[in-house]
Amino acid sequence: MKPWSQWLWKVALPPVAFFVLVVAAWQVATAFWQIPAYLVPSPARVVDAARQHADDLASASMMTAAGALCGFGLSLVAGTALGLLFSQSRIIERSIYPYAIFLQTVPIVAIAPLVVMWFGNGFGGVVVVSFILSLFPILANATAGLTSVPPQLVELFEVYNATRWQTLWKLRLPNAVPYLVTGAKTACGLSVIGAIVGEMFAGYGAEGFGLGYLISMNTGNLDTAYAFAAVIASTLLSIAIFVAVTSAGATILARWHTTTTKTSTTP
Amino acid sequence: MSVSYAGSIQALKGIDCEIPAGQFVSVVGPSGCGKSTLLRAIAGLIEPTSGTLRVAALAPAAARRQAARLSFVFQDATLLPWRTVRGNLRLPLALRGVARAAQDARIAEALHMVGLNEFADRYPNELSGGMRMRVSLARALVTEPELLLLDEPFAALDDLTRQALNDELLRLWGAQRWTGVFVTHNIAEAVYLSQRILVLGPRPGRVVADVRVPLPAPRSAELRSQAEFARVTGEVADCLRRACA
Repeated sequence: MKPWSQWLWKVALPPVAFFVLVVAAWQVATAFWQIPAYLVPSPARVVDAARQHADDLASASMMTAAGALCGFGLSLVAGTALGLLFSQSRIIERSIYPYAIFLQTVPIVAIAPLVVMWFGNGFGGVVVVSFILSLFPILANATAGLTSVPPQLVELFEVYNATRWQTLWKLRLPNAVPYLVTGAKTACGLSVIGAIVGEMFAGYGAEGFGLGYLISMNTGNLDTAYAFAAVIASTLLSIAIFVAVTSAGATILARWHTTTTKTSTTP
Repeated sequence: MSVSYAGSIQALKGIDCEIPAGQFVSVVGPSGCGKSTLLRAIAGLIEPTSGTLRVAALAPAAARRQAARLSFVFQDATLLPWRTVRGNLRLPLALRGVARAAQDARIAEALHMVGLNEFADRYPNELSGGMRMRVSLARALVTEPELLLLDEPFAALDDLTRQALNDELLRLWGAQRWTGVFVTHNIAEAVYLSQRILVLGPRPGRVVADVRVPLPAPRSAELRSQAEFARVTGEVADCLRRACA
């Protein structure tokens, strides 16, 4: 057998078969026990709802993607900048890092209404919630990558009288790149969750609506099939962003010539 | 001069010696006797707690900044994995502010010296351990140092590679005559390379013997099987055994 068809049989087929099986069982179960559609809609109804509202789902997905990507982009910039600050001053790191952990442990659904109150309804509020949720993995990994440079390399730079700036630019920052890739992979998924949670509290008003709004509104209206379709759309959106970030990361890592995945050990 | 670390561990005690320019000196001693500490003090990476240490008549850190061109070869190759061989050789030149045009010429020369011309555009993870150490040597020499400090550079290599690199180092020293301070725990290697061997006793490290190596230059691999080589090696080994007893 060719390697390609072998891959198809051994790797691709089992999960697809399982998926088909579960969907079929779900369809049969809803019919057999006559489960009302507002509780658990059958797969056929979900597909129907998705087809019926395809335009709205697509535009909502675009809206949510925009919010998530803005939050993620902000996290990348702010997380790296804060990490740079931490790597330059132990005392600043000790002073601020605990609050970064605090920010991570506060349940996002608890502070999302506050964020909306502060930053207003609309795109801004959604981006801020997405940013708060996705900042920490970037910050933790950037800090780890910038500070966990092999001590002998630091001495090497010292022997050649490198300035602080040269050591940062030519040693610490490049050393942090594999760590940043790891952080970005975690953060991009969180940014979508953040955007959806943000949308549940902050609508876009006249600008449009996102998947978070569709999920909460349709659940409220007992149009469960439509809500399911929106949930599936948000999952697909997460996967798409994750795949994009992962392949961008793989391209960068290939240029970095390190075989191991680097990650921070901090929580 | 002496070096102590915080907490009262004394690493070196009463080291008193002078290394003339152009000499190749090896420092041998048992593990943990402070050989590396001595080297790092000379490089100005740590400061002696008492006594004076002068490099080219200056305090080591000042000498490193102003006067002496210094290079350090670590036990590991310590190459930057995201830079090619050429990029790694460029690093010390860029840090020293050497002009770009001059950099390329020096890099080409250093690559030629260690026979790695064809590997200039490879990355460190594509090279063997011996080749990586060769790159590390080339990186140390690309700045045309006056003082070269080597901290057990060949300890992690197999014996054949180690001997090949010993010959390489001997040839480079013969051609360039930098001052070399070579830390090792391999006595035969020390005898083969040096004009002089400092034997350090166990902690706190102090010089227990200062052995001249009367073997003539140029030296080559046949030397290893000669009686005189065996005699000097035996003498150094005796000193070391007595120091540790």
